[in-house]
Amino acid sequence: MAIDSKVVAQVAHLARLKVDPQDSDALSNRLNDILAMVDQLQQADVDGVAPLAHPLDVTQPLREDVVTEPNIRDKALEIAPAAEDGCFLVPRVIE
Amino acid sequence: MHTKTLTELKAGLANRDFSSRELTEHFLARIQQYDGDLNSFVTVTDVQALAQADAADAAIAAGKAGLLTGLPIAHKDIFCTEGVRTSCGSKMLDNFIAPYTATVVEKMAAEGAVMLGKTNMDEFAMGSSNETSYYGPVKNPWDLERVPGGSSGGAAACLGARLAPGATGTDTGGSIRQPAALNNITGLKPTYGRVSRWGMIAFASSLDQAGPMAQSAEDCALMLQAMAGHDHRDSTSLNEKVGDYLAALKDDISGLTIGIPEEFFPDTLDGAIADNSRDAIRELEKLGAKVVSVSLPSIKLSVPAYYVIAPAEASANLSRFDGVRFGHRCDDPQDLEDLYKRSRSEGFGDEVKRRILVGAYALSAGYYDAYYRRAQQVRRLIRDDFARAFEKVDVLMGPTAPETAFKLGAKKDDPVSMYMADVFTIGVNLAGLPALSMPTGFINGLPTGTQIIGNYFREGQILNVAHKYQQATDWHKQAPAFGGAQ
Repeated sequence: MAIDSKVVAQVAHLARLKVDPQDSDALSNRLNDILAMVDQLQQADVDGVAPLAHPLDVTQPLREDVVTEPNIRDKALEIAPAAEDGCFLVPRVIE
Repeated sequence: MHTKTLTELKAGLANRDFSSRELTEHFLARIQQYDGDLNSFVTVTDVQALAQADAADAAIAAGKAGLLTGLPIAHKDIFCTEGVRTSCGSKMLDNFIAPYTATVVEKMAAEGAVMLGKTNMDEFAMGSSNETSYYGPVKNPWDLERVPGGSSGGAAACLGARLAPGATGTDTGGSIRQPAALNNITGLKPTYGRVSRWGMIAFASSLDQAGPMAQSAEDCALMLQAMAGHDHRDSTSLNEKVGDYLAALKDDISGLTIGIPEEFFPDTLDGAIADNSRDAIRELEKLGAKVVSVSLPSIKLSVPAYYVIAPAEASANLSRFDGVRFGHRCDDPQDLEDLYKRSRSEGFGDEVKRRILVGAYALSAGYYDAYYRRAQQVRRLIRDDFARAFEKVDVLMGPTAPETAFKLGAKKDDPVSMYMADVFTIGVNLAGLPALSMPTGFINGLPTGTQIIGNYFREGQILNVAHKYQQATDWHKQAPAFGGAQ
Protein backbone atom coordinates (compact mmCIF):
# COMPACT_ATOMS: atom_id res chain seq x y z
CA MET A 1 0.00 0.00 0.00
CA ALA A 2 1.71 3.18 -1.19
CA ILE A 3 1.32 6.47 0.60
CA ASP A 4 0.56 9.51 -1.52
CA SER A 5 -0.05 13.17 -0.67
CA LYS A 6 -3.70 12.47 0.04
CA VAL A 7 -2.89 9.75 2.58
CA VAL A 8 -0.23 11.96 4.15
CA ALA A 9 -2.81 14.70 4.60
CA GLN A 10 -5.30 12.29 6.20
CA VAL A 11 -2.78 10.77 8.59
CA ALA A 12 -1.30 14.17 9.43
CA HIS A 13 -4.75 15.33 10.40
CA LEU A 14 -5.24 12.25 12.63
CA ALA A 15 -1.92 13.05 14.32
CA ARG A 16 -2.74 16.80 14.48
CA LEU A 17 0.29 17.73 12.42
CA LYS A 18 0.43 20.29 9.66
CA VAL A 19 2.24 19.31 6.46
CA ASP A 20 3.16 22.07 4.04
CA PRO A 21 2.02 21.18 0.50
CA GLN A 22 5.52 21.75 -0.89
CA ASP A 23 6.95 19.15 1.56
CA SER A 24 4.24 16.58 0.96
CA ASP A 25 5.84 14.68 -1.94
CA ALA A 26 9.24 14.36 -0.26
CA LEU A 27 7.55 13.23 2.93
CA SER A 28 5.46 10.64 1.05
CA ASN A 29 8.64 9.23 -0.47
CA ARG A 30 10.34 8.90 2.89
CA LEU A 31 7.30 7.25 4.44
CA ASN A 32 7.10 4.83 1.50
CA ASP A 33 10.78 3.91 2.04
CA ILE A 34 10.00 3.11 5.67
CA LEU A 35 6.87 1.12 4.80
CA ALA A 36 8.73 -0.82 2.08
CA MET A 37 11.21 -1.93 4.76
CA VAL A 38 8.40 -2.70 7.20
CA ASP A 39 6.63 -4.78 4.55
CA GLN A 40 9.17 -7.57 5.14
CA LEU A 41 6.79 -8.47 7.97
CA GLN A 42 4.43 -9.91 5.37
CA GLN A 43 6.91 -12.79 4.80
CA ALA A 44 6.50 -14.05 8.34
CA ASP A 45 4.34 -17.08 9.02
CA VAL A 46 2.25 -15.84 11.92
CA ASP A 47 -0.71 -18.23 11.65
CA GLY A 48 -1.97 -18.97 15.13
CA VAL A 49 0.65 -16.76 16.82
CA ALA A 50 -0.81 -14.59 19.56
CA PRO A 51 0.29 -10.93 19.49
CA LEU A 52 2.80 -10.04 22.20
CA ALA A 53 2.22 -6.73 23.97
CA HIS A 54 4.52 -7.29 26.95
CA PRO A 55 7.72 -9.34 26.82
CA LEU A 56 7.28 -10.92 30.24
CA ASP A 57 4.29 -12.99 31.24
CA VAL A 58 3.73 -11.27 34.54
CA THR A 59 0.83 -9.61 36.24
CA GLN A 60 1.19 -6.01 37.19
CA PRO A 61 1.89 -5.45 40.86
CA LEU A 62 -0.96 -3.83 42.77
CA ARG A 63 -0.62 -1.20 45.45
CA GLU A 64 -2.91 -0.09 48.24
CA ASP A 65 -5.79 2.03 46.99
CA VAL A 66 -4.73 5.22 48.70
CA VAL A 67 -4.04 8.71 47.40
CA THR A 68 -0.33 9.08 46.71
CA GLU A 69 -0.21 11.93 44.22
CA PRO A 70 0.60 15.26 45.81
CA ASN A 71 -1.36 18.30 44.66
CA ILE A 72 1.00 20.16 42.36
CA ARG A 73 -1.60 22.27 40.59
CA ASP A 74 0.19 25.54 41.13
CA LYS A 75 3.52 24.10 40.01
CA ALA A 76 1.87 22.60 36.95
CA LEU A 77 0.15 25.83 35.99
CA GLU A 78 3.38 27.77 36.35
CA ILE A 79 4.80 25.99 33.30
CA ALA A 80 1.62 26.23 31.23
CA PRO A 81 1.76 28.41 28.10
CA ALA A 82 -1.40 30.21 29.29
CA ALA A 83 -3.41 29.83 32.51
CA GLU A 84 -6.11 31.74 34.32
CA ASP A 85 -8.07 31.18 37.55
CA GLY A 86 -6.40 27.82 38.17
CA CYS A 87 -7.22 26.51 34.66
CA PHE A 88 -5.33 26.02 31.41
CA LEU A 89 -6.32 28.61 28.86
CA VAL A 90 -7.10 27.67 25.23
CA PRO A 91 -8.85 29.48 22.36
CA ARG A 92 -12.65 29.60 22.57
CA VAL A 93 -14.18 26.20 21.64
CA ILE A 94 -17.88 27.15 21.75
CA GLU A 95 -19.05 29.99 19.54
CA MET B 1 41.27 12.49 38.35
CA HIS B 2 39.21 12.34 35.14
CA THR B 3 40.94 9.21 33.84
CA LYS B 4 39.80 7.20 36.85
CA THR B 5 36.75 4.94 36.94
CA LEU B 6 33.82 5.53 39.32
CA THR B 7 35.08 2.63 41.41
CA GLU B 8 38.54 4.22 41.70
CA LEU B 9 37.04 7.64 42.45
CA LYS B 10 34.85 6.11 45.14
CA ALA B 11 37.96 4.65 46.79
CA GLY B 12 39.76 8.00 46.44
CA LEU B 13 36.89 9.81 48.17
CA ALA B 14 36.80 7.24 50.97
CA ASN B 15 40.57 7.59 51.35
CA ARG B 16 40.29 11.41 51.44
CA ASP B 17 42.71 11.64 48.48
CA PHE B 18 40.41 14.40 47.20
CA SER B 19 37.03 15.82 48.15
CA SER B 20 33.82 15.59 46.17
CA ARG B 21 34.00 19.36 45.69
CA GLU B 22 37.49 19.07 44.14
CA LEU B 23 36.30 16.21 41.95
CA THR B 24 33.14 18.03 40.87
CA GLU B 25 35.00 21.26 40.16
CA HIS B 26 37.48 19.30 38.06
CA PHE B 27 34.77 17.78 35.86
CA LEU B 28 32.86 21.08 35.61
CA ALA B 29 36.09 22.76 34.46
CA ARG B 30 36.62 20.05 31.84
CA ILE B 31 33.06 20.47 30.56
CA GLN B 32 33.60 24.23 30.40
CA GLN B 33 36.86 23.80 28.53
CA TYR B 34 36.02 21.03 26.07
CA ASP B 35 32.28 20.69 25.62
CA GLY B 36 32.13 23.60 23.21
CA ASP B 37 33.67 21.22 20.65
CA LEU B 38 31.68 18.16 21.70
CA ASN B 39 28.19 19.55 22.47
CA SER B 40 27.48 16.62 24.79
CA PHE B 41 25.62 18.67 27.40
CA VAL B 42 22.37 20.60 26.92
CA THR B 43 22.43 22.03 30.45
CA VAL B 44 25.23 22.12 33.02
CA THR B 45 23.93 22.34 36.60
CA ASP B 46 27.07 23.69 38.24
CA VAL B 47 25.46 25.45 41.20
CA GLN B 48 23.40 22.42 42.23
CA ALA B 49 26.36 20.12 41.58
CA LEU B 50 28.62 21.99 43.98
CA ALA B 51 25.90 22.06 46.64
CA GLN B 52 25.45 18.29 46.26
CA ALA B 53 29.25 17.84 46.38
CA ASP B 54 29.48 19.78 49.66
CA ALA B 55 26.67 17.69 51.12
CA ALA B 56 28.52 14.56 49.95
CA ASP B 57 31.73 15.70 51.62
CA ALA B 58 29.82 16.23 54.86
CA ALA B 59 28.27 12.77 54.57
CA ILE B 60 31.66 11.17 53.97
CA ALA B 61 33.12 13.04 56.97
CA ALA B 62 30.23 11.79 59.09
CA GLY B 63 30.78 8.22 57.93
CA LYS B 64 27.42 8.15 56.17
CA ALA B 65 28.46 7.57 52.55
CA GLY B 66 25.97 5.81 50.25
CA LEU B 67 26.69 3.80 47.12
CA LEU B 68 27.44 6.85 44.97
CA THR B 69 28.26 9.54 47.50
CA GLY B 70 30.26 12.35 45.95
CA LEU B 71 30.49 10.77 42.46
CA PRO B 72 29.64 13.11 39.56
CA ILE B 73 26.99 11.72 37.18
CA ALA B 74 25.52 13.19 33.99
CA HIS B 75 21.83 12.50 33.36
CA LYS B 76 20.35 12.10 29.92
CA ASP B 77 17.99 15.01 29.24
CA ILE B 78 15.07 12.57 29.04
CA PHE B 79 14.86 12.28 32.84
CA CYS B 80 12.73 14.91 34.54
CA THR B 81 14.67 17.00 37.06
CA GLU B 82 12.68 19.36 39.24
CA GLY B 83 13.63 22.99 38.69
CA VAL B 84 15.98 22.15 35.81
CA ARG B 85 15.04 22.27 32.12
CA THR B 86 14.24 18.82 30.73
CA SER B 87 14.26 19.20 26.96
CA CYS B 88 14.37 15.63 25.60
CA GLY B 89 16.41 17.17 22.78
CA SER B 90 13.32 18.89 21.40
CA LYS B 91 12.22 22.43 20.66
CA MET B 92 8.87 21.25 22.03
CA LEU B 93 10.36 21.12 25.55
CA ASP B 94 12.99 23.86 25.24
CA ASN B 95 11.06 25.85 27.86
CA PHE B 96 10.02 22.89 30.04
CA ILE B 97 11.15 23.08 33.66
CA ALA B 98 10.05 19.75 35.12
CA PRO B 99 7.84 20.05 38.21
CA TYR B 100 9.10 16.73 39.62
CA THR B 101 12.13 14.44 39.54
CA ALA B 102 12.40 11.04 37.84
CA THR B 103 12.75 8.00 40.09
CA VAL B 104 16.15 7.10 38.60
CA VAL B 105 17.54 10.56 39.36
CA GLU B 106 15.96 10.55 42.81
CA LYS B 107 17.35 7.10 43.69
CA MET B 108 20.86 8.03 42.58
CA ALA B 109 20.71 11.33 44.49
CA ALA B 110 19.55 9.41 47.57
CA GLU B 111 22.74 7.34 47.26
CA GLY B 112 24.76 10.56 47.17
CA ALA B 113 25.36 11.08 43.43
CA VAL B 114 26.27 14.60 42.25
CA MET B 115 24.43 15.70 39.08
CA LEU B 116 26.78 17.50 36.65
CA GLY B 117 24.06 18.32 34.15
CA LYS B 118 21.79 17.01 31.41
CA THR B 119 23.21 15.36 28.30
CA ASN B 120 22.31 15.91 24.67
CA MET B 121 20.31 13.26 22.82
CA ASP B 122 18.36 12.58 19.66
CA GLU B 123 14.98 14.33 19.80
CA PHE B 124 12.65 12.24 21.99
CA ALA B 125 15.33 9.50 21.77
CA MET B 126 14.49 8.90 18.11
CA GLY B 127 17.73 8.45 16.25
CA SER B 128 21.03 6.58 16.09
CA SER B 129 23.42 9.47 15.50
CA ASN B 130 22.38 12.34 17.79
CA GLU B 131 21.77 14.46 14.72
CA THR B 132 18.04 14.88 15.38
CA SER B 133 18.64 16.96 18.53
CA TYR B 134 17.22 20.49 18.53
CA TYR B 135 20.48 21.50 20.23
CA GLY B 136 22.66 20.33 17.35
CA PRO B 137 24.63 17.15 16.85
CA VAL B 138 27.07 15.79 19.41
CA LYS B 139 30.56 15.04 18.06
CA ASN B 140 32.41 11.80 18.63
CA PRO B 141 35.55 12.46 20.76
CA TRP B 142 37.47 9.84 18.73
CA ASP B 143 36.91 11.91 15.56
CA LEU B 144 35.05 15.20 15.72
CA GLU B 145 33.79 14.75 12.15
CA ARG B 146 31.87 11.64 13.15
CA VAL B 147 28.66 10.94 15.03
CA PRO B 148 28.66 9.57 18.59
CA GLY B 149 25.70 7.28 17.86
CA GLY B 150 22.36 7.71 19.54
CA SER B 151 20.09 8.32 21.05
CA SER B 152 22.20 8.53 24.27
CA GLY B 153 24.97 10.17 22.22
CA GLY B 154 25.70 13.00 24.65
CA ALA B 155 26.08 10.52 27.50
CA ALA B 156 28.45 8.29 25.52
CA ALA B 157 30.52 11.17 24.14
CA CYS B 158 31.00 12.91 27.50
CA LEU B 159 32.11 9.59 29.01
CA GLY B 160 34.46 8.88 26.10
CA ALA B 161 36.03 12.33 26.46
CA ARG B 162 36.20 11.88 30.24
CA LEU B 163 34.01 14.92 30.91
CA ALA B 164 32.03 12.75 33.33
CA PRO B 165 32.84 9.41 34.98
CA GLY B 166 29.28 8.01 34.85
CA ALA B 167 26.09 8.74 32.95
CA THR B 168 22.53 7.53 32.68
CA GLY B 169 21.05 6.53 29.35
CA THR B 170 17.89 5.02 27.96
CA ASP B 171 17.55 2.25 25.40
CA THR B 172 14.44 1.65 23.30
CA GLY B 173 16.15 -0.02 20.32
CA GLY B 174 19.86 0.24 21.12
CA SER B 175 20.20 3.79 22.42
CA ILE B 176 22.57 2.85 25.26
CA ARG B 177 24.52 0.06 23.56
CA GLN B 178 25.16 1.50 20.08
CA PRO B 179 26.61 4.84 21.32
CA ALA B 180 28.56 2.92 23.99
CA ALA B 181 30.18 0.89 21.19
CA LEU B 182 30.94 3.99 19.09
CA ASN B 183 32.65 5.82 22.00
CA ASN B 184 34.55 2.93 23.61
CA ILE B 185 32.57 2.80 26.80
CA THR B 186 30.45 0.20 28.60
CA GLY B 187 26.67 0.47 28.73
CA LEU B 188 23.92 -1.81 30.02
CA LYS B 189 20.26 -2.01 29.05
CA PRO B 190 18.57 -3.88 31.91
CA THR B 191 15.59 -6.24 31.67
CA TYR B 192 12.41 -4.39 30.69
CA GLY B 193 10.86 -3.22 33.98
CA ARG B 194 14.03 -3.59 36.08
CA VAL B 195 14.48 0.19 36.36
CA SER B 196 11.55 2.57 36.90
CA ARG B 197 10.38 4.62 33.93
CA TRP B 198 8.62 7.16 36.16
CA GLY B 199 9.67 10.67 35.18
CA MET B 200 11.47 9.36 32.08
CA ILE B 201 9.82 10.93 29.04
CA ALA B 202 8.12 8.10 27.17
CA PHE B 203 9.01 7.15 23.59
CA ALA B 204 7.80 3.54 23.18
CA SER B 205 6.52 2.40 26.54
CA SER B 206 6.74 -1.37 26.00
CA LEU B 207 10.42 -1.05 24.98
CA ASP B 208 11.93 1.89 26.91
CA GLN B 209 14.40 1.06 29.65
CA ALA B 210 16.96 3.16 31.54
CA GLY B 211 20.46 1.94 32.30
CA PRO B 212 24.00 2.84 33.36
CA MET B 213 26.87 3.95 31.09
CA ALA B 214 30.47 4.20 32.34
CA GLN B 215 34.08 3.23 31.67
CA SER B 216 33.73 -0.34 32.93
CA ALA B 217 31.30 -3.12 33.76
CA GLU B 218 32.28 -2.75 37.41
CA ASP B 219 31.13 0.89 37.32
CA CYS B 220 27.88 -0.10 35.59
CA ALA B 221 27.27 -2.62 38.38
CA LEU B 222 27.73 0.12 40.97
CA MET B 223 25.31 2.44 39.19
CA LEU B 224 22.70 -0.24 38.48
CA GLN B 225 22.72 -1.17 42.16
CA ALA B 226 21.42 2.33 42.88
CA MET B 227 19.05 2.55 39.87
CA ALA B 228 17.23 -0.80 39.94
CA GLY B 229 14.11 -1.72 41.86
CA HIS B 230 10.35 -1.71 41.90
CA ASP B 231 8.59 1.65 41.89
CA HIS B 232 4.92 1.80 42.75
CA ARG B 233 4.62 4.87 40.51
CA ASP B 234 5.53 2.83 37.43
CA SER B 235 3.07 -0.01 37.02
CA THR B 236 5.38 -1.72 34.49
CA SER B 237 8.33 -1.79 36.86
CA LEU B 238 8.74 -5.32 38.14
CA ASN B 239 8.47 -6.41 41.71
CA GLU B 240 11.52 -8.67 41.50
CA LYS B 241 14.30 -8.68 44.07
CA VAL B 242 17.33 -6.60 43.06
CA GLY B 243 20.47 -8.71 42.85
CA ASP B 244 23.82 -7.94 44.41
CA TYR B 245 25.53 -6.83 41.21
CA LEU B 246 28.86 -5.96 42.82
CA ALA B 247 29.10 -9.38 44.46
CA ALA B 248 28.19 -11.06 41.15
CA LEU B 249 31.30 -9.54 39.53
CA LYS B 250 33.47 -11.97 41.49
CA ASP B 251 31.77 -15.14 40.20
CA ASP B 252 33.87 -17.64 38.31
CA ILE B 253 32.95 -17.90 34.63
CA SER B 254 34.51 -21.27 33.89
CA GLY B 255 31.78 -23.50 32.50
CA LEU B 256 29.80 -20.54 31.19
CA THR B 257 28.13 -21.32 27.86
CA ILE B 258 28.22 -18.57 25.26
CA GLY B 259 25.84 -18.86 22.32
CA ILE B 260 26.87 -17.29 19.02
CA PRO B 261 23.78 -16.51 16.93
CA GLU B 262 24.74 -17.03 13.29
CA GLU B 263 22.41 -14.14 12.41
CA PHE B 264 24.78 -11.75 14.26
CA PHE B 265 27.60 -12.65 11.84
CA PRO B 266 25.96 -12.40 8.41
CA ASP B 267 28.07 -12.65 5.23
CA THR B 268 27.39 -8.97 4.59
CA LEU B 269 29.00 -7.91 7.89
CA ASP B 270 32.29 -5.95 7.78
CA GLY B 271 34.97 -8.59 8.40
CA ALA B 272 36.91 -6.38 10.83
CA ILE B 273 33.79 -5.86 12.97
CA ALA B 274 33.21 -9.62 13.05
CA ASP B 275 36.88 -10.31 13.88
CA ASN B 276 36.89 -7.97 16.89
CA SER B 277 33.84 -9.66 18.40
CA ARG B 278 35.18 -13.16 17.64
CA ASP B 279 38.47 -12.20 19.36
CA ALA B 280 36.53 -11.08 22.43
CA ILE B 281 34.67 -14.38 22.53
CA ARG B 282 37.97 -16.28 22.20
CA GLU B 283 39.33 -14.32 25.17
CA LEU B 284 36.38 -15.54 27.25
CA GLU B 285 37.05 -19.10 26.05
CA LYS B 286 40.56 -18.75 27.49
CA LEU B 287 38.89 -17.86 30.80
CA GLY B 288 36.97 -21.13 30.73
CA ALA B 289 33.79 -20.36 28.77
CA LYS B 290 32.34 -22.82 26.23
CA VAL B 291 31.06 -21.61 22.89
CA VAL B 292 28.16 -23.05 20.90
CA SER B 293 26.42 -21.94 17.74
CA VAL B 294 22.74 -21.02 17.94
CA SER B 295 20.13 -19.62 15.61
CA LEU B 296 17.54 -16.86 16.03
CA PRO B 297 15.66 -17.29 12.73
CA SER B 298 13.07 -14.55 13.27
CA ILE B 299 15.53 -11.89 14.35
CA LYS B 300 15.90 -10.72 10.75
CA LEU B 301 12.42 -9.25 11.18
CA SER B 302 13.29 -7.30 14.30
CA VAL B 303 13.95 -3.98 12.53
CA PRO B 304 10.66 -4.06 10.55
CA ALA B 305 8.67 -5.15 13.65
CA TYR B 306 10.30 -2.40 15.70
CA TYR B 307 9.50 0.27 13.11
CA VAL B 308 5.82 -0.52 13.48
CA ILE B 309 5.62 -1.03 17.24
CA ALA B 310 7.87 1.86 18.34
CA PRO B 311 6.26 4.50 16.08
CA ALA B 312 2.78 3.25 17.01
CA GLU B 313 3.53 3.66 20.70
CA ALA B 314 5.30 6.97 20.05
CA SER B 315 2.33 8.38 18.14
CA ALA B 316 0.17 7.71 21.21
CA ASN B 317 2.76 8.89 23.78
CA LEU B 318 3.58 12.08 21.92
CA SER B 319 -0.06 13.11 21.63
CA ARG B 320 0.39 14.70 25.06
CA PHE B 321 2.47 17.47 23.48
CA ASP B 322 -0.40 19.65 22.35
CA GLY B 323 0.59 23.18 23.35
CA VAL B 324 -2.04 23.32 26.10
CA ARG B 325 -0.45 22.30 29.39
CA PHE B 326 3.31 22.67 28.92
CA GLY B 327 5.95 22.96 26.24
CA HIS B 328 5.85 24.90 23.00
CA ARG B 329 2.72 26.80 21.95
CA CYS B 330 2.37 28.57 18.60
CA ASP B 331 1.67 32.30 18.45
CA ASP B 332 -1.91 33.57 17.95
CA PRO B 333 -3.83 30.29 17.57
CA GLN B 334 -7.05 30.80 15.59
CA ASP B 335 -8.88 27.93 17.27
CA LEU B 336 -8.09 24.77 19.22
CA GLU B 337 -7.25 22.69 16.15
CA ASP B 338 -4.91 25.38 14.87
CA LEU B 339 -3.31 25.49 18.31
CA TYR B 340 -2.68 21.71 18.29
CA LYS B 341 -1.49 21.51 14.72
CA ARG B 342 0.83 24.49 14.64
CA SER B 343 2.25 23.93 18.13
CA ARG B 344 3.10 20.31 17.25
CA SER B 345 4.42 21.08 13.78
CA GLU B 346 6.67 23.86 15.07
CA GLY B 347 7.78 21.93 18.16
CA PHE B 348 8.70 18.57 16.59
CA GLY B 349 11.59 17.94 14.20
CA ASP B 350 11.39 15.96 10.95
CA GLU B 351 12.30 12.50 12.28
CA VAL B 352 9.82 12.75 15.14
CA LYS B 353 7.08 13.79 12.73
CA ARG B 354 7.90 10.90 10.40
CA ARG B 355 7.63 8.41 13.22
CA ILE B 356 4.37 9.89 14.48
CA LEU B 357 2.95 9.63 10.96
CA VAL B 358 4.15 6.03 10.49
CA GLY B 359 2.65 5.13 13.86
CA ALA B 360 -0.67 6.86 13.20
CA TYR B 361 -0.85 5.14 9.80
CA ALA B 362 -0.06 1.69 11.23
CA LEU B 363 -2.76 2.10 13.86
CA SER B 364 -5.40 3.58 11.54
CA ALA B 365 -8.55 1.71 10.56
CA GLY B 366 -7.88 -0.80 7.80
CA TYR B 367 -4.15 -1.11 8.42
CA TYR B 368 -4.08 -2.22 12.05
CA ASP B 369 -4.08 -5.97 11.31
CA ALA B 370 -1.55 -5.73 8.48
CA TYR B 371 0.93 -3.72 10.49
CA TYR B 372 0.49 -3.43 14.24
CA ARG B 373 -1.06 -6.82 14.95
CA ARG B 374 1.39 -8.60 12.64
CA ALA B 375 4.36 -6.79 14.21
CA GLN B 376 3.24 -7.93 17.64
CA GLN B 377 2.93 -11.50 16.38
CA VAL B 378 6.46 -11.31 14.98
CA ARG B 379 7.54 -9.87 18.32
CA ARG B 380 6.41 -13.13 19.95
CA LEU B 381 8.36 -15.20 17.40
CA ILE B 382 11.49 -13.17 18.20
CA ARG B 383 11.00 -13.56 21.94
CA ASP B 384 10.45 -17.32 21.53
CA ASP B 385 13.69 -17.62 19.50
CA PHE B 386 15.62 -16.09 22.38
CA ALA B 387 13.82 -18.31 24.91
CA ARG B 388 14.83 -21.43 22.94
CA ALA B 389 18.45 -20.23 22.77
CA PHE B 390 18.54 -19.63 26.53
CA GLU B 391 17.53 -23.24 27.16
CA LYS B 392 21.01 -24.14 25.90
CA VAL B 393 23.24 -21.18 26.73
CA ASP B 394 23.90 -18.65 29.51
CA VAL B 395 24.61 -15.62 27.36
CA LEU B 396 24.56 -14.68 23.68
CA MET B 397 27.29 -12.60 22.04
CA GLY B 398 27.91 -10.74 18.82
CA PRO B 399 28.84 -7.28 17.51
CA THR B 400 26.88 -4.36 19.00
CA ALA B 401 26.78 -2.31 15.79
CA PRO B 402 27.41 -3.24 12.15
CA GLU B 403 29.88 -0.38 11.62
CA THR B 404 32.08 2.10 13.46
CA ALA B 405 31.07 5.75 13.91
CA PHE B 406 30.00 7.23 10.57
CA LYS B 407 30.53 10.78 9.31
CA LEU B 408 28.14 13.50 10.43
CA GLY B 409 25.44 13.89 7.81
CA ALA B 410 26.21 10.56 6.09
CA LYS B 411 22.78 9.04 6.71
CA LYS B 412 20.79 12.10 7.54
CA ASP B 413 18.61 11.98 4.45
CA ASP B 414 18.11 8.23 4.46
CA PRO B 415 16.06 7.15 7.48
CA VAL B 416 16.01 3.45 6.55
CA SER B 417 19.80 3.23 6.33
CA MET B 418 20.00 5.01 9.71
CA TYR B 419 17.59 2.44 11.19
CA MET B 420 19.99 -0.36 10.24
CA ALA B 421 22.54 0.99 12.76
CA ASP B 422 20.45 -0.84 15.36
CA VAL B 423 20.10 -4.14 13.49
CA PHE B 424 21.85 -6.14 16.25
CA THR B 425 20.36 -4.32 19.23
CA ILE B 426 16.63 -4.02 18.50
CA GLY B 427 15.73 -7.71 18.97
CA VAL B 428 16.77 -7.47 22.63
CA ASN B 429 14.28 -4.64 23.25
CA LEU B 430 11.45 -6.52 21.54
CA ALA B 431 12.18 -9.51 23.79
CA GLY B 432 12.68 -7.33 26.90
CA LEU B 433 16.05 -8.94 27.67
CA PRO B 434 19.06 -7.34 29.39
CA ALA B 435 22.19 -6.69 27.28
CA LEU B 436 25.49 -4.89 27.65
CA SER B 437 27.94 -3.44 25.14
CA MET B 438 31.63 -3.39 25.98
CA PRO B 439 34.70 -2.11 24.10
CA THR B 440 36.46 -4.85 22.13
CA GLY B 441 39.03 -3.15 19.92
CA PHE B 442 39.41 -0.65 17.12
CA ILE B 443 39.20 -0.34 13.35
CA ASN B 444 41.24 2.51 11.85
CA GLY B 445 41.34 4.24 15.22
CA LEU B 446 37.58 4.00 15.81
CA PRO B 447 36.09 1.92 18.64
CA THR B 448 33.99 -1.22 18.19
CA GLY B 449 31.84 -2.97 20.76
CA THR B 450 30.57 -6.43 21.51
CA GLN B 451 27.20 -7.20 22.98
CA ILE B 452 26.51 -9.67 25.78
CA ILE B 453 22.82 -10.62 26.02
CA GLY B 454 21.54 -12.42 29.10
CA ASN B 455 18.33 -14.08 30.18
CA TYR B 456 15.69 -12.09 32.09
CA PHE B 457 17.02 -10.52 35.31
CA ARG B 458 20.54 -11.86 34.71
CA GLU B 459 22.14 -8.42 34.78
CA GLY B 460 24.57 -9.74 37.40
CA GLN B 461 25.75 -12.52 35.11
CA ILE B 462 26.22 -10.18 32.13
CA LEU B 463 28.19 -7.73 34.26
CA ASN B 464 30.24 -10.62 35.62
CA VAL B 465 31.20 -11.82 32.13
CA ALA B 466 32.08 -8.29 30.99
CA HIS B 467 34.08 -7.63 34.16
CA LYS B 468 36.14 -10.81 33.73
CA TYR B 469 36.84 -9.81 30.14
CA GLN B 470 37.86 -6.32 31.24
CA GLN B 471 40.19 -7.73 33.89
CA ALA B 472 41.96 -9.71 31.17
CA THR B 473 42.09 -6.96 28.52
CA ASP B 474 42.53 -3.20 28.36
CA TRP B 475 40.39 -2.10 25.41
CA HIS B 476 37.99 -0.33 27.79
CA LYS B 477 40.87 1.73 29.20
CA GLN B 478 41.71 3.32 25.85
CA ALA B 479 40.70 6.97 25.64
CA PRO B 480 40.75 9.40 22.72
CA ALA B 481 43.42 12.10 22.26
CA PHE B 482 40.66 14.73 22.49
CA GLY B 483 40.63 16.91 25.61
CA GLY B 484 43.52 15.23 27.39
CA ALA B 485 41.27 12.24 28.07
CA GLN B 486 44.15 9.74 28.05
